[in-house]
Amino acid sequence: MDKFNQLRGTAAPLDMINIDTDMIIPKQYLKTIKRTGLGKHLFAEMRYDDNGNEKPEFALNKPQYRNAQILVADDNFGCGSSREHAPWALLDFGIRCVISTSFADIFYNNCFKNGILPIKVTKQQLRELMDDAAKGSNAVLEIDLEHQTIGRPNGESVTFEIDPHRKDCLLNGLDDIGLTMKRESGITDFEEKRKRDQPWA
Amino acid sequence: MDQSRRSGVETPLRCGYCPTMITPTTLFEKIWRQHRIVERDDGQTLLWIDRHLCHEGSFHAFDKLARSGRPVRRPDLTFAFADHYVPTRDRSAGARDPEIATMIRLLGENTARHGVRLFGLGDPDQGIVHVVAPELGLTQPGLTLVCGDSHTSTHGAFGALAFGIGASEVSHVLATQSLWQKRPRTLRVTVDGRLGPHVSAKDLILAVIARIGADGAAGHVVEYAGEAIRALPMEARMTVCNMTIEAGGRAGLIAPDDTTFDWLHGRRYAPKGADWDAAVADWRGLVSDTGASFDREVRLDGASIAPTVTWGTSPENAVPVTDRVPDPEAEGDPGRRATLAAAVDYMGLIPGMPITDITVDRVFIGSCTNARIEDLRIAAGVLKGRRATVPTMVVPGSSAVKRQAETEGLDRVFIDAGAEWLESGCSMCAATNGDMVAPGQRCASTTNRNFRGRQGPGARTHLMSPAMAAAAAVTGRITDVRLLGETA
Repeated sequence: MDKFNQLRGTAAPLDMINIDTDMIIPKQYLKTIKRTGLGKHLFAEMRYDDNGNEKPEFALNKPQYRNAQILVADDNFGCGSSREHAPWALLDFGIRCVISTSFADIFYNNCFKNGILPIKVTKQQLRELMDDAAKGSNAVLEIDLEHQTIGRPNGESVTFEIDPHRKDCLLNGLDDIGLTMKRESGITDFEEKRKRDQPWA
Repeated sequence: MDQSRRSGVETPLRCGYCPTMITPTTLFEKIWRQHRIVERDDGQTLLWIDRHLCHEGSFHAFDKLARSGRPVRRPDLTFAFADHYVPTRDRSAGARDPEIATMIRLLGENTARHGVRLFGLGDPDQGIVHVVAPELGLTQPGLTLVCGDSHTSTHGAFGALAFGIGASEVSHVLATQSLWQKRPRTLRVTVDGRLGPHVSAKDLILAVIARIGADGAAGHVVEYAGEAIRALPMEARMTVCNMTIEAGGRAGLIAPDDTTFDWLHGRRYAPKGADWDAAVADWRGLVSDTGASFDREVRLDGASIAPTVTWGTSPENAVPVTDRVPDPEAEGDPGRRATLAAAVDYMGLIPGMPITDITVDRVFIGSCTNARIEDLRIAAGVLKGRRATVPTMVVPGSSAVKRQAETEGLDRVFIDAGAEWLESGCSMCAATNGDMVAPGQRCASTTNRNFRGRQGPGARTHLMSPAMAAAAAVTGRITDVRLLGETA
């Protein structure tokens, strides 16, 4: 997994609530055994018409957002299916950070496993950042995970909260499984205790 | 360095004011404490996982495991099911789409390599993971259960802590039989009174989602309580917990009781003999103690819930069938207003039109939400002696449900009504196996998600109960099933 520390880039505005993982990556692209190449199908139904041509009004099709690395979206981003193809598709497109007022739990977890930083902000902050994003490439945001800040184009800074363990894993690109394996003896002790206490389980 | 504390022997929580008193504890807390391997200072807890369920989509997790050269730690606690991609019509040659056939084949190869029991295409117990695991008695009170599928919340109906995870987490569980979790908050939804005639668990959960919103339970484990919940049979309890994820809930929980124990007794993987007695004695303690405190509480009156349907593209867009399509202009928040307007447009509706004026092109009765035997009995009850006027598919939740329905003659009722009676799988809910609603078509569906394109590109989905879907099949429009006798 790639490390995440600082990111300076254009933010694309998606001013909608409840953007679900079916919208992020529709099912017809899931029957692949590959994890790469999903970026061209990101938001496929909103991004392309029935003939596969780009819809010019969709944010990521506009010239100023074609290289966006940040998304700004309204409440409940990533709801629905647990498909990890959603962060894979975002990553493959080049998105490394999503800013919203709230995220669905499974999607939120999946982001951290793939080097994407999901940032939760208040409703008021979201409106301001949405306005920044609407200014396109003239208004880059500067994400600093170490200091937990979003630098706005007007020089102001928004601070955000993040779980310290998740922050550490992102900063260092750490693999969860490797860390857990170091606790092997604790897991084995628990396993034996569980067999004794609840043999039917 | 690490100050993590080992769980050791669990002792009851003591009240700070009066140490001889035991602090009332929630059902969630009891299960959480029993599964805590370590808890770090930062609040992350390593939880032991009792049951791990896989399906065709688990390919990526097995692949990650293979790349690291790690084995499956507990293949005996891991069970796999072919459901998302299986054909529902002719199965004699397997899946015709080569990519789909590959997904099914790889599940077989991965489970064989690691010694994991597979309920695959052709197995007499094949079916949707969230229907079959309970049927086999794999889902039991007090267990932790995970699956790389968001509707894993279903299993909470038995008082198990069950939740969906992503592919990376599936890989973690395969390798370690454990999972890092941050302690969720708790929400209790109490439904008082009794549901009215023809009002079901589906109407109840849609009413809850409409009330608290599609992210109303985010970060929470939801315990359902109250007279209306206690009166529900297991199948209906599973419907309620299944759709907890549509309110953003981490998991749904219903305290186990005699309804649960009677349903489980004698099932293949349920405890037997002395183990059964010990288990039931233990399970009887799996209740939220009187006075236990929840982070949030919501209360509904069961008797006031009407048959409920969705009009839009989020499960929170649910209204009583007697209501109208709302006007997005009445919404103050800009993001919310834009989303509602886009939903009305996508669904091809007019603000203010009565819900019962919406005509449908087809009906789907199926999915892990509503394809258990009880659901099929109810749908058949409405269709008996009537004809479906639009194409109608009935897809049983499992092969065992299919056999049971055929024993009871329900298949004849559906076939005589002109509906298709098919093989078990996720089918037109996930729409990954090729069963899709055509672009622009409108489907009355017993499934769980009305997202844009969920049932196929451009498809329009209205979620409702099996009784309401059957009524829509008869009339070709959204219909209050309570009035069907008068209108049909």
